[in-house]
Amino acid sequence: METTWPILTILTFLPMIGVVFLLLIRGDDDVVIRNSRNVALWVSGFTFVMSLFVLFNFDPAVAGYQFEDRGIWLALDGIGYHMGVDGISMPFVVLTTLLTPLAILASWKSVTLRVREYMIAFMLLETLMIGTFCALDMVLFYLFFEAVLIPMFLIIGIWGGMRRVYASFKFFLYTLAGSVLMLVAMLYMATTAQTTDIPLLQEFAFSPAAQTWLFLAFFASFAVKVPMWPVHTWLPDAHVEAPTAGSMILAGILLKMGGYGFLRFSLPMFPEASVYFAPMIFSLSVVAVIYTSLVALAQTDMKKMIAYSSVAHMGFVTIGIFTMTEQGIAGAMFQMISHGLVSAALFFAVGVVYDRLHTREIDAYGGVADSMPRYAAFFMLMMLASVGLPGTSGFVGEFLVLVGAWQSSTLLAFLTATGLILGATYMLWLYRRVVFGRAEKEEVIAMTPLEGREMLIFAPLTVLVLWYGIFPGGLLDTMQPAIATILGHVADAADAMGTQ
Amino acid sequence: MDALNLTPAIAEIFLAGAATLLVLLAAFVEPEVQASRLMRKISIGALVVTGALTVSYGSVPGMAFGNLFMSSPFTVYMKLLVLAGASVVLLISRPHLKADNINKPEFALLILFSVLGMMVMISANDLMVLYMGLELQSLPLYVIAAMQRDSLRSSEAGLKYFLLGALSSGLLLYGLSLVYGFTGGTNYADIAGSLSGGASPGAVIGIVFMIAGIAFKISAAPFHMWTPDVYEGSPTIVTAFFAIAPKIAAMTLFLRMTYGMLGPVPESWQQVTIMLAVLSMVIGALGAIMQTELKRLMAYSSIAHMGYVLVGISSAIPSGISAVMVYLAIYVVSAIGVFGVILSLSREGVPVHRIADLKGFSRSHPMHAACMMIFMFSMAGIPPLGGFFGKWFAFLAAVEAGLVVLAVIGVLASVMGAFYYLRIVKMMYIDELENPLDVPSDSVNNLVIGISALIVALFIFLLGPLRDSIAATMPYIVFVLG
Repeated sequence: METTWPILTILTFLPMIGVVFLLLIRGDDDVVIRNSRNVALWVSGFTFVMSLFVLFNFDPAVAGYQFEDRGIWLALDGIGYHMGVDGISMPFVVLTTLLTPLAILASWKSVTLRVREYMIAFMLLETLMIGTFCALDMVLFYLFFEAVLIPMFLIIGIWGGMRRVYASFKFFLYTLAGSVLMLVAMLYMATTAQTTDIPLLQEFAFSPAAQTWLFLAFFASFAVKVPMWPVHTWLPDAHVEAPTAGSMILAGILLKMGGYGFLRFSLPMFPEASVYFAPMIFSLSVVAVIYTSLVALAQTDMKKMIAYSSVAHMGFVTIGIFTMTEQGIAGAMFQMISHGLVSAALFFAVGVVYDRLHTREIDAYGGVADSMPRYAAFFMLMMLASVGLPGTSGFVGEFLVLVGAWQSSTLLAFLTATGLILGATYMLWLYRRVVFGRAEKEEVIAMTPLEGREMLIFAPLTVLVLWYGIFPGGLLDTMQPAIATILGHVADAADAMGTQ
Repeated sequence: MDALNLTPAIAEIFLAGAATLLVLLAAFVEPEVQASRLMRKISIGALVVTGALTVSYGSVPGMAFGNLFMSSPFTVYMKLLVLAGASVVLLISRPHLKADNINKPEFALLILFSVLGMMVMISANDLMVLYMGLELQSLPLYVIAAMQRDSLRSSEAGLKYFLLGALSSGLLLYGLSLVYGFTGGTNYADIAGSLSGGASPGAVIGIVFMIAGIAFKISAAPFHMWTPDVYEGSPTIVTAFFAIAPKIAAMTLFLRMTYGMLGPVPESWQQVTIMLAVLSMVIGALGAIMQTELKRLMAYSSIAHMGYVLVGISSAIPSGISAVMVYLAIYVVSAIGVFGVILSLSREGVPVHRIADLKGFSRSHPMHAACMMIFMFSMAGIPPLGGFFGKWFAFLAAVEAGLVVLAVIGVLASVMGAFYYLRIVKMMYIDELENPLDVPSDSVNNLVIGISALIVALFIFLLGPLRDSIAATMPYIVFVLG
């Protein structure tokens, strides 16, 4: 459906209005803090409503981009302002607008220092994340994609834990090092294709030799972002040090930018190289799935364990994408959305008990179910969704990825499934040690039950995890035309390779 | 050829006259402090008028003094950058002249003469004029570096600058003489004409010497050794001037020399500029990591920036020129902003410029810290801030010219460079406030910082018009007129 007004631009930059309001707040400290929280929550909530409006007007049957919005920016250099969404980006946009207000709610009480700046960083982050998923010009995409580093660096660095300086620098420099190589690839593409428009570039046939290098350069950026083994080491550090809300967004959205990048750039633009490098990606992903699962088993820090589990789950995503089958890609997409909901909820679950006991050591807990029964229920559901229990959204994604992997190679499917078992092991073990047993420690007995705000955060995530677990059809239908388009590019490339 | 057509040079003639008159005037105003204040104000006015004259008379492409002096929209653009940088430095200099004990009328006047030299350098179309402009630019700089007479470090800085500057002038002069000897001309056009059949080995040696001489002036590695010492030793306001105006002028000279005079033989200089670019980017990034002084850090940072500019030049294609033009514009603005912030740092009235002094800066000076953060992320090349676009166009030119490896080295160096810019952000935002700095009361300076930060942050909107105006100068990039 075509709208006459630039709804995606409005959606993207709506949080910036929040920034203006936040800057204008005057008064003594208490007033500033209270108003900052309210402004951020209202603005991000309104952004969410607006994104729902976009979602309901989105026609899942159409293959191309919708709500397209073009503007003249740097006409001389062939760089334009171009926004639009298709079945691949639409779910991410809504995921972003959903998680941001929840993240703000999650930091309602735990963040008390420099609240105004904190909220500004989150509003900025929301704009940049939505922009990343909506941008249909390569340069525009890069601007959003890369600028995300600034607020995230500050969120980890200022409001993080003890080793926040190390973690924030590592996060920033790792990600930057990956993306600058992508930048050079983009320069090459802009020079060769004489355009930076993503839909046009997807139609442009780069020579096989060039594709190899371009693929590797983009891979450097997205692999760090996803993150894939062995460039995943920034992630556990960043997660452990980031505040709860930062971890939610980091795991929920930022990691997905890598997977989204593979689907938006690597597969359609460099299909031949994608086919060529698929075995490498499979190998790295299988290592990620098995190795990081084992590493997760050995963790004593809850957040670190969930961080490693994120690496393992994102390994499923990269396997699914590069099977280049309809089931595999749909599974990867589904897994990303599901992981966005589940990991955000899990990190929040850690945050909830951290706020009460101020430690993330698994040993410090035990028998939490006694004092926080509702929490135990929410945590269990999310844990099971992470493990991939049928009936939760986690199952659909992992199952489809395995179906796709089976079509590529039996061995691949076998190894990937091993990761599933390991995943169940560490998550169930974590849950047992934290929640079950008799509460013996006095601090644990004294833990207060979930308050309304916290349940308000769990509730929508729980509903969605179950909804997508039971009725995956709607989301899959939304993605289907876009996935078919991507596969069309790959098939064309395969034909071209066959005729040579 | 109308040899007496002076129209293209009217701005320079005005500036020369004004500066000379002001020297006389300064001698008659008592006391010295009064004279200093007056000279500073008149000088700013003179620079503004020069700018207006440059735009109105220089924009028409033309030659003056019998092909010795060229003016075109391109030179106007570069001269405006120089003039803007110089006048803003004069604008914010008032409290610092007093604090640094250099409150003398000569300060403003020497800057005027130096700016005149820079404008001549930019417009030079002949080796003799080139050298004259260069010396006119350099000599006042040596003096103002050493102007803080009772400071050992300032004297050291001035002496160091003078000795190495004289050495580089010597190299340049030697190169000029060789080029003259092997091509038989001093005019850019004549040299280009005689080189069109290829450069003889002797001329190539001359070219390399010339490039080395200018590399000193733009402090490109490996000719950068003087930069950190001079930046650190000179009074900060002088450092700010050093970091901005001479860099623009020397870089423009470099552009005009390589693309214009040596345009027919890019193979004779391209490899040299590539080496200079790589070394500058890498040394600039690595050298800054261990610094504890803000001014030394800025010295290495400017070395790295010149490296990125040299990437644009190394492409040896027209889009390299426009890349340099974008880069220098954003460089001027962010350098002004950063030095504005550095100048505002003081504790109990004493200026401080250690990096560690910025600890907790965001607590005590939220606005200054926010601006500084914008500059740091911009210099690190993080989009959507201005610095990113400078790098984008420079690397784009390199890739267009097939220098992909150079671009890869460049972007990796920029990641190394990001580390020390992040360190400043860390000091300001993550570290705890220990020893609060004074509240900056200089509203002019604050305004300059704020405007620079706005330009850098919203550069995305200025880029389109800027690219258009640069494109308008492109038809006149043919340097060798006549």
